[in-house]
Order: sequence, then structure tokens, then C-alpha cells
Amino acid sequence: MTMIDERRQLSYIAAQAADARVNVELETEGMTLNIGPQHPATHGTLRIIARLDGEQVVWAEPSAGYMHRGYEKLTEVRTFPQVTALVNRIDWLGSFANEVPFILAAEQLMGIEAPPRAQHIRTILFELSRIANVSLFLGDLGVQLGAITPVFMAFRDREYVLNLIEAATGGRFHPNFDRIGGLKDDLPKGWLEDTKASMHKLRTFCDEIEDLLFGNEIFQSRTRGVGIIPKEVALQYGLSGANLRASGVDWDLRRDRSLPMAWDKVDWKVWTHPDGDCFARCWIRLQEVREATKIVDQLCDTVPSGAVMAKVPRIIKVPEGEAWVSTENPLGEMGYYVVSKGDTGPFRVKIRSASFNNISITPWLLKGVLVPDIITILASLYFILGDIDR
Amino acid sequence: MSAVFAADIPYWGQSLLRALGGAVAVLLPAGTIVYVFLFKLMSFMQSRLGPMEAGPYGSMQLFAEVGKWLQKEDLYPDRADRFLFKSAPLVVLLSTFMLVVAVPFGPDAIFTNFDNGVLYVLAVSSISVLGILMAGWASANKYSLLGGLRAAGQLIAYELPMVLAVVGVVIQAGTMNMQTIVVKQNAGSIFGWDGIGNPYILTQFVGFLVFMIAVQAELTQAPFDMPIAESELVAGYMTEYSGFRFLIFFIAEFATAGVFSLLASTMFLGGWGLPWSWFNWGSLDEVHNVMNVVGPLIMVTKMMLVAFIIMWARFSYPRFREDQLQKFAWKFLIPVALGNIAVTSILKVAF
Amino acid sequence: MPTSELASDHLREALVDRLRSAIGDALVGSHLVAGVDVWVRVRADAWRKAGLALRDQLGMDYFCYLSAIDWMPSPFGRSEDDPTAEATERDDTIRQGYAGGETRFQLLARVVSSSTHVGINIKADVSEDDLTVESWVPVYTGANWHERETWEMFGINFAGHPDLRHMYLPTEFEGFPLRKDFPLLARLVKPWPGIADVEPMPGVSGDDEGGE
Repeated sequence: MTMIDERRQLSYIAAQAADARVNVELETEGMTLNIGPQHPATHGTLRIIARLDGEQVVWAEPSAGYMHRGYEKLTEVRTFPQVTALVNRIDWLGSFANEVPFILAAEQLMGIEAPPRAQHIRTILFELSRIANVSLFLGDLGVQLGAITPVFMAFRDREYVLNLIEAATGGRFHPNFDRIGGLKDDLPKGWLEDTKASMHKLRTFCDEIEDLLFGNEIFQSRTRGVGIIPKEVALQYGLSGANLRASGVDWDLRRDRSLPMAWDKVDWKVWTHPDGDCFARCWIRLQEVREATKIVDQLCDTVPSGAVMAKVPRIIKVPEGEAWVSTENPLGEMGYYVVSKGDTGPFRVKIRSASFNNISITPWLLKGVLVPDIITILASLYFILGDIDR
Repeated sequence: MSAVFAADIPYWGQSLLRALGGAVAVLLPAGTIVYVFLFKLMSFMQSRLGPMEAGPYGSMQLFAEVGKWLQKEDLYPDRADRFLFKSAPLVVLLSTFMLVVAVPFGPDAIFTNFDNGVLYVLAVSSISVLGILMAGWASANKYSLLGGLRAAGQLIAYELPMVLAVVGVVIQAGTMNMQTIVVKQNAGSIFGWDGIGNPYILTQFVGFLVFMIAVQAELTQAPFDMPIAESELVAGYMTEYSGFRFLIFFIAEFATAGVFSLLASTMFLGGWGLPWSWFNWGSLDEVHNVMNVVGPLIMVTKMMLVAFIIMWARFSYPRFREDQLQKFAWKFLIPVALGNIAVTSILKVAF
Repeated sequence: MPTSELASDHLREALVDRLRSAIGDALVGSHLVAGVDVWVRVRADAWRKAGLALRDQLGMDYFCYLSAIDWMPSPFGRSEDDPTAEATERDDTIRQGYAGGETRFQLLARVVSSSTHVGINIKADVSEDDLTVESWVPVYTGANWHERETWEMFGINFAGHPDLRHMYLPTEFEGFPLRKDFPLLARLVKPWPGIADVEPMPGVSGDDEGGE
């Protein structure tokens, strides 16, 4: 009998086990690919667990929660004016737009309305944050699809918008400028002219992106017919914003919901696309940036004079009641269900963020696509991780 | 000057010179292309300045980067197949070095005068696939594996149109010797007019296009960069590499771009030569020896031009999907290349 | 200016009436703020039935969100270091909001019609003895993630949900964070400064002066 020392015996067993593993692996049982939480295509820390057969996705499941900050709980221990500093951080690319629906809900409960000048400026800033948000999307779209140049153009021209937001509010990313009853400050001198000049540049940027990216055959072949969402499915999942309009639903809360904002005072168009594929979603967003520049241009011409702050008590106590206000944010419908018990702070705030619904469709949408299409679809659905996790 | 290239230095000296020349011929294009195209032209295309601090206009940036990479620790993943993992970048670089020996730079300035140089070039260029597959497999990373497999599929698919595109040149030149191909282009004439010789880009225009597209795919540059695909596969087969080994991949990528540009200019743009009718040269022996110095300069100029096209496409295009890439190769490029061969053969027989 | 929401009181009243005729006395309460919004409250056992009626008969094809409310006042107060707040006895009675209610937990959902753009807020009392309602996933597929979140945050079970597991929190997490009796520890350890800015601005007198 051969003496086998323990070490060799153990290594023999390990080798047998390794062979068995190889045999199991050779049965092409598929591979689980973990995309994220650290991955260049996930805009933060979304994790997608995809079961692959070759390069084809058998099923895929997004796993959120790597950035959950518990804003719904935190709002319950903040006062109403403090909440805006929190909700700023939900969609961090279009921060100002996050504040507006919450402020509007509080104003609705208090029965006050911001002065017309404040409403106008709010709308301008809202649309500027839309441009800041979506222009980055347009650049990032190229990176996701492998074209590196557009993102630099996007960053270059987005800077104009950020500068404007900074000039008006003092903050580039998190303005925290909206107040219950109006705005913190009036606009600086000469800001409106600067804004109009910048809007012209942004329109040029849109044309460039359309030439460089949207007209490209490879871009079209990568996005057309990929990730098609039918209208009914989109509504069932509660998709909103450009994702919904790309599926042919003509619905824009800026037009279809009466709010004390200035969208109804200007001439603009809601674009829809019948296809519902990735190209449609991207194209709708491109058009939305154009429309937003038009809205800002027109509003800059018609800003009324007057105060930017209504008369509100120094310590704000919101009367008892419930209000739901949602606006058409850059990412889609963003709404707050605010419950007040007559206290200085809200009793409960349900934050309905657009990306949460938009991304919940991915298990349905990613079935059977190829690995590169995962990236295309995620890019075209356009989520911000803070908007999913809140 | 000609003494350097003539036979009156001993064989070991010649070999040493050739080896040094080869290293320079690989690293020089790599350096220039990285600096001029990747750092500067790309920046200008993207409305940036690019490197500005290291040296005048940032011209020393590459040295700074190399210095940084060399300082880094030579990491390898725990589960990696260590031997394959470490040798993979060298295999990739090896293919670049082996490619450059077949390129003629002047009447005498050639490393090796293969009679079947074209065949050799096409064969050697696929060695890099081996290195990429090794890197992808040995990294013990799913992204790397996917990248390596994609690279293998892609490079094999695009080998074929490349070969077929070159066949047109071979038919027209009637030889596989790279030097003879250059001679034929510069000594030739188009329908009796020999004002600019006969660079095959004019007569083999379709072949040139197919060749360039295939080169783009061989180099895994956008729009054919799915083996790397930063936004999908992180960095594909290069994901786990860092430091010195990543540097080798990096150099190999750009050196191969340079070498393929050299090949394209040799086979389609007249190589190192100037039209012989300008100087009333009759044959290769009559070519002035100064061409051994001017030739490489001409080659570098042409290489820069071709590399510009490669990089231009790289910076402007999004990337294909894997299946679209295969369709494009098999359903479009190969038929076109075959058609080109047929037309070339008919014309060759007819004239 | 949209016409749907301005003169839509009749529209919203009609919505409530149609829902009542569809699900009968399972609709136990309603609240209407003219021209703004409408709330209805249904019995928990008719939750899915109400969803089906909303989707099929009222044309509410757009699923907006689903969540819940814990109406119990927080036993920890607002954890605010508010120097102006007079020390009042905390009122621990549970008072529900619009459309009334009987239980501590209420489900809250909103669905909207994509054609008329009019939405409806729907609530349901969930008894604390058995925190279970029928899932809405067969009605609105998009309710999947929302119900997972609600289950995780409030501990309300959804019978018939295909995949009820944690959305944000680790699988082994215990407790339901959005319940009012779940302490926000960071706040208990170090109270928020609260309304620190209580001194009037220079040159401004009184508490009810507007602006900042």
C-alpha cells in the first residue's frame, strides 16, 4: 500500500473536485453576469444580475438599494423648508426640478401661491435643470454605445447651463433655492440676456448631437427595434416622461396638469414617437431639450415684475391635509404625496420618483436581449440611481 | 549612407541593427500615434486641449504615463492562470514586432525580403488573437472571458475580408513580395500615363476600403471595439491588467495601428517610393541610395495619414453589436471583396 | 391650459359614483377637493377588486405608485431641539386623513387615466391583526416593486405577489423602517438643531414677517 501523506491526499481530493466543477461548467448551463454595483454603465450603483446563455440574456433582475438614503423617513423629522435640501439629492442632475413639486404641494396645503414673477423664474430654472440633466444624457448615450466624443460636447455645453443656475441660485448642483411662497432671491442683473445667449448655444449643441449621433447608421442600428415597450405595458408599469411619450402616449404633465407655473404661457410642443424603442426614447429627449430651450427663451422675454416671495409666516406650519403634486421632471413624473398634521414638518411624504417605475420594467424588457443591448436599454431608459433608491 | 545597409558590416552587426530598427519602428509609431492622435487630435475633436503640462504642449506626456505605469505593482488576480496571464501581453506585442519585419522602408532599408511577404503578414497578424484569447481566459474574470471570446470571433471574421482585399493587390502586382509590390506601384502606369506611378489605391479602391475596415476591426478600434467595450465589459480582456502589462497592451494596440498603417501604405499608397518617372529610374537598382533615408520619412508620413483615418473613425463612431459585426463581415465585406477579386482578375487577363 | 382639471369636479364626482357602482359598498369613504384631487377608501378585502374596476371600468390605465401610511403619531416625537416649541403633551390618538379610516395602517395608491389625465387616490384600511391584502400585480404589473417596497418598509403582506423580498435592505434586516415606532437612531442620539433660526432678522420685527 502506498503511503499518501495527508497533504497529497488533500490536493488529490481538491483536483477531483475541480474536475467535477469543470464538468458541470462544460454543460453550458449559462453564466451569471453581475453588472454592477460598480460598472461604468450603471450611473451610480445599480446592480443587474443577468443570467446569460452565450451573450443572450435569459433573465435579468436589477437589484437596487445600494444607495438608499431613507428620505421618506428623514422628511418626517424635518421641517417643511428643510425638506427641499433633502429632495434636491434625489435626481442630482436636475436638482431644482426636485424641489418644485414638494414646494407646490406645501403651497397647495397652505392655500398660498407664489407671485407671478416667482412662478416664471421657477419655470425657467425648472427647464434649465431639465436641460442640464438631459444634455448630459445625450452625451452619455454616446459613451454607452461606444462613441466617446459626444460626452465632451455635452459637458462643455452643460457648463453654460450650470453657470446660469449657479449665477441665479448660488449652487451648481444642489440649488436649494425654492421656498414655500416663492424663491430665495431675485435674479441677478443681466441674467436673462445671458440665459438667452446660452440657449442659442444649447440649440447648436442639439444640432451637433443630432448630426454626430442620431444620424449615425451604427447608432440607429444599435437602437432601432431594440427594447420595444408597447403603450399598454408602459402604462401598466407606470413609465413616465420621455419613456412613456416614446411609446406613443401623448401625456406631458407640464401641459396636462394645471399648476401655478408658467408653462401654459408659452408656446411649445409635446413630442411623441410611435415606435417605443430605444431610438424613440433618445430622440424624444433630444426634442425635449430643444423645446426646453424654446420655453426658456420665451419665458425670459416675459418675466413679469414684482416680488419673488409671497407673504408667508416666518415659522411655517402647514395646515392639516393631504396633497399630491407631481411635475414632469427631466426623468419623468416626479410627485410627492404630502401628509401634514398641522405641524412644522410633514407627517408622511411619499416620494414617487420617476426612475423607480422606469427601471422596474427592466426584468420584463431585458429578457432575450444581447449583452450590449442591456447597456443600450438601460441608457435609453435613463435612470439616476438616487432617483431609484431615494 | 548606403554602407549602413550594405553587406560590409558583419552579420551580427546587421542583425543587431535590424533588431534595433525593428524596436524603433514599432515603438516610434506607437509613441507618435499615442501622442499625436490619442492625446492631441482626439482632444481637438472633442474640444479639449489634451495634455499641456508635461513638456512643450504636453509632448512628454507619454513618458510621464509610461513612468507612471512602470512604477505600478504587477498585479494578477488570485484565480488567474498566472503563466498565461503574464505572457498574454507579450504575445500581443510579439505579433506587432513580427509584422514590422516584412515592411520595406527603402530600396535597401528592409528587414527581411520575403518572397511571400503578404502571406507572412496576414498569417502573423492573427497571432495577436492568441494573446487576446489568453488574456481573456487567464484573467478569471467573466467580463474578460466575454471580451476574449468576442475578440476571437471578431478577429477571425475580419481576417477573411482582409485577406481577400489584399488578394486584389497580389493579383494586380503579380507577386507576394512586398518590395516588388512597392516597385510595381511606383514604376507602373495607369492606362499608359505614368505621372504618379500606379498606387493601387486608385485601381484597388474597393480593396483599400475593405482592407481599412478590416484593419479597424483587427485593431479592435471603434466601431469594432466590443472586445474592449468600456461601457459593457468594463475593459474586456484588459480588465484585470495593470501597470507594466497594461502598458504593453496599450503600446501594442497603437503600435499595431501604426504597423497596419505601414502595411496599408505599402500595399495601396506606393510605400516608400516616389513615382519613378519623376527621376527616370528604370529599375530597383537605379533608385538613388538617398531613398533609404527619404523612404522611411515618406513611409512615416503615409502612416500618419492612414492612422489619422483609423483614429478619426475611432473617435466618431459608436460601436457595433456583436451580431451586427458578424453580419457586416460575412454578408457585406466578404462578397464585396470577392467581387473585387473577380473584377481585378478579369481586368488583369483582359489587359 | 388643460381643460380636464379645471372644470373637472363633475368628472371626479362621476368617477367616485362609477367606482361605487362597480364595487358596491366596498367603497367606504371618499373625499373630494374640487378641481384638485379625489380620494376614495375601499375595504381591504376589495383591494384587488377595486383595482380591477379602476383599470377596466374607469379607464385608469396608468399606475402611478403604491405605498402605505402609518397613522400612529411617532412615539419619539420629531426629535427636534426646538426652543420655541412650548412643551405640549403629545397627542397619541390616531387620526386618519382624507376619506377617513379605522386602522393604523392604510394602503395608499394612485392610478391615473392616460386619456383624461385625471387620477384617483385610493386608500384601504389594513387591520393590524392580519397585515395582508391581495396583491395588485395581476392588475397593474408595475405594482411589483412598489409592493416589495411597501412590504419591506411597513410589513404589509401582499397575497399573490410573485416575488416578495427585500428591495433596499439586507435580507436579514429586521424591523420595518417606515413605521412610526421604528426609531431613527441617528436622530435619537443627536437631536436635529431644528428651528435654530428663530431670532428675527435685523430690522425685521415680529414672527409673521414674510420672506427670509
